[in-house]
Amino acid sequence: MELFLCALVLILAGGSLGLVLRGRAGRLAGPLGILAGSSLGLAAVLRLLARHAYPRLDLAWGLPVGSFSLGFDPLTLVFLLPCFGLGVACPLYGLGALAHSPERKVRGHWFFFSLLVAGLALVAVARDGFCFLLAWEIMSLSPFFLVSFSDEKLDVREAAWTYLVASHLGVLALVALFAWLAGAAGSTHFDALAWAAPQLTSTWPLFLLALAGFGAKAGLAPLHVWLPEAHPAAPSHVSAFMSGALITAGMYGVARMLVLLGPGPAWWGGLLMGLGLLSALLGLAQGLAQGQMKRLLAYSSVENAGIVFLGLGAAHLAARGGLLPAATLAAAGALLHVLNHALFKGLLFLGAGAVLHGAGTVEISSLGGLLKRMPRTGALFLAGTAALTALPPLNGFFSELLIYLGLGNAGLALPPAGRLAAWGCMAGLALAGGLALAALAKAFGLAFLGEPRTPEAAAAHDPGRAELAAMLLLALGCAGMGLAAPWLVTVLAPAAAQVAHLPGMAALDAARDAASLLRTVLVAALPLPLLGLFFWWLRRRLLAGRTMGSGPTWDCGYARPAASMQYGPASFADPLASALGPACGIQHDLARPQGLFPRQGRHRVAAPDLVLDTVFRPAFGAALWAAEHVKWLQHGRIPFYVLSILAALVAVLAWVLA
Amino acid sequence: MNGLDSLLTPLIRLALALALAPLLLGVVNRTKALVGGRRGKPLLQVYFDVAKLLRKGAVFSTTTTWAFGLGPCLGLAAVASALLLAPQGGLPGPISFSGDFVLLAYLLAAGRLATMVSALDTGSSFEGMGASREAAFSALAEPALFLGLAALAAHRGGLSLHAMLAGSAPGDLAALDPAPALAALSLFVVLLAENCRIPVDDPTTHLELTMVHEVMVLDHGGPDLGLIEYAAALKLWLYCSLVAGVLLPSLPGGLWPDTFLALAVILGLGVAVGLVESAMARLRLNRVPQLLTWAAALSALALIFKVWEAGN
Repeated sequence: MELFLCALVLILAGGSLGLVLRGRAGRLAGPLGILAGSSLGLAAVLRLLARHAYPRLDLAWGLPVGSFSLGFDPLTLVFLLPCFGLGVACPLYGLGALAHSPERKVRGHWFFFSLLVAGLALVAVARDGFCFLLAWEIMSLSPFFLVSFSDEKLDVREAAWTYLVASHLGVLALVALFAWLAGAAGSTHFDALAWAAPQLTSTWPLFLLALAGFGAKAGLAPLHVWLPEAHPAAPSHVSAFMSGALITAGMYGVARMLVLLGPGPAWWGGLLMGLGLLSALLGLAQGLAQGQMKRLLAYSSVENAGIVFLGLGAAHLAARGGLLPAATLAAAGALLHVLNHALFKGLLFLGAGAVLHGAGTVEISSLGGLLKRMPRTGALFLAGTAALTALPPLNGFFSELLIYLGLGNAGLALPPAGRLAAWGCMAGLALAGGLALAALAKAFGLAFLGEPRTPEAAAAHDPGRAELAAMLLLALGCAGMGLAAPWLVTVLAPAAAQVAHLPGMAALDAARDAASLLRTVLVAALPLPLLGLFFWWLRRRLLAGRTMGSGPTWDCGYARPAASMQYGPASFADPLASALGPACGIQHDLARPQGLFPRQGRHRVAAPDLVLDTVFRPAFGAALWAAEHVKWLQHGRIPFYVLSILAALVAVLAWVLA
Repeated sequence: MNGLDSLLTPLIRLALALALAPLLLGVVNRTKALVGGRRGKPLLQVYFDVAKLLRKGAVFSTTTTWAFGLGPCLGLAAVASALLLAPQGGLPGPISFSGDFVLLAYLLAAGRLATMVSALDTGSSFEGMGASREAAFSALAEPALFLGLAALAAHRGGLSLHAMLAGSAPGDLAALDPAPALAALSLFVVLLAENCRIPVDDPTTHLELTMVHEVMVLDHGGPDLGLIEYAAALKLWLYCSLVAGVLLPSLPGGLWPDTFLALAVILGLGVAVGLVESAMARLRLNRVPQLLTWAAALSALALIFKVWEAGN
């Protein structure tokens, strides 16, 4: 606990010192403080995980409500890992990336970044509803200042605003949730809530409130609308932290509520699975249609959030059906996916940031040929792509495999409705895997391969050492987590048992079985890289000493291919977009060349967010319309106000008496 | 079967697969030729092609980078390591575990990504087109494959490929159980789609605009192309052995009768592929997703049937 508190103090001290100090020291204090604090925090968390120690701390609290209670349990420890892990990598990247930004902005930036990291860590350790909400607000507000870093741009200001609105609507649901719970329990302490919640006659409204409030933060469809706006606008190390760590706060919230509310009915699991699958498929369908790399990655975060919720839902469903091993597999898979996603999505966002820095844009249609110009970034981005598309033996594969196994075992043994849900989700997950491959092949292949489409892309270059080191750290994490998967599944077993309400020993046994299974999987997956290396060697060997020619790409006899003739992002997505239809939401703006002497034609392809355009904008419009029409009530005449208060009182009295 | 046999048999079958896979392509080609009234290429043509290609030099485009070599190397490595998991006619593959079908599917996906990366590395618009179509069709084939295997898993009550495909055809026939037949049909469609056969793709077409898979390897030559051709043969063998697993009866006969029966069914599937190719025209590109959706629907039907059966 002391180590953890030292880490928090170090993080906040770094951010605050950066505000006070001038010059080089001011620039360095923030990122270095966060980096050091996060490393310390990571060490603290790993130590507690290894010792199975769960200390608690209650401090004096000057407020009349709530209490300052902190505590650890397996779930908290798991969710602290992405926070501190990216708390190391992102400031390291930002240290290099912001080296030439105006000092005034940089100092404020690191201050709010330290608030974000500390707030996120506090959310995970808070053991009191009031304390939790306070930390949640700190964590939710600071990204507004981080997203709006380039506030001279209109779209950045609008994106920051969208983020602020979305996160506040989410908080509304959370305040209602905790007020309801605290009203029933008579206290805001989590222990009291956990005692009181199962005795409520109906807990499902609380579950739905939690799903709305936390789902909005996690990027669960259809509440994901802020992600594709905020992630592209923010500086890339902030996007990486938000996508890899901030949205896990939403996942943590849902998991924590599943713990607090007690084992709920089976349909909770079904709902989580359904929404998770919707997120996974909608996120990818929309992501595939994007022409901007960071927007595409933001939609991929929606997909991965969906996979985590799918796993949590499957675990809940299996646990209610009495299938302990299946529940353990699915829950451990979901938790492992949280960690994996932090690593590979962090890596990919940092890679996109390097592209933005090196080539000046992340519009895929203006890029191309970057692998020759930024070889290190390109190789690391490819590693992230392979991890995200769950290719064995990298980390993404193992978490998805655990979820597949949970679904498969549930599909063999649950009652019929549960079986159909499990098999259906398995097929949906497989489709999501195929779509992810298409979307990421588009992001990597069209941006990094081929010929540069613009002079800016032709002049691109690798970023500095700090940025590369941050990316390398995350890429090594992706490979290492893949190799360590058999061990990790036993580490995650206590948290999995907690979230699915399983007996600890049964979960540990199931996790041990899963670990020995994963060792076999690892043995079966390792031939891929080994054989790949062998064939690479064979190819080199065969070609050595033979006649090797070089020339332009053979474009079916066309003599002068131009870079602009390469397949572009819209054309790459077209076969799937036309098969998926409206789910991709691609809008064509086509003006054909017309007349005898045609002058110019135009074809613009855009893919705005479906839910934002079809649900939220109309809903907000309707709210505004309703407000316009009750405005006449607000006329400023005091006697009428008094009269209406009296009428309301009489009405309430009549209702109570009746 | 004693311990040594159970260890040796999968390895012998694996060796047979590695050795005979190019023959399977020969069988497909010969069937097409015979139905078309031609004599056709020699049965062993693919062996000659691969051997010749491995002895040649190569021309590389100036646009390409090291990523260009990923497709041939990782593509073959992926199929070869997937073959380690595939049951060979009623017997488990050399490595078998609960959930191995997921690893098999994702290994093949890894090979696909490598091939697509190599194609895009050339900067050719044709190869980009091929990669885009491959991404689309394989993504849509994924649910059909998983649903087909899920139906078999529900049918046989196990999550390993060995459990799903342990030859039970006579029993299924006797019980008039439609689920395995539906799943086999659906897996056969996936086989056609993933191996770029008619009606999804025409491996012998001459117009680049209409190609899917072949257009992705236009720029590869020499040893690269040799590795790719061999990987294609292995992949066809792999899918045929999956479908054969559903169709095969299990014999108590021991190693060699079992092996010959498995080979006969796999080569018979090659003939079936040849017949389909001779009898059908290619589908229009935008009809392919419908075909794959139909395949997924067939499997879903089989699965629903199984779940309904278990519920009663």
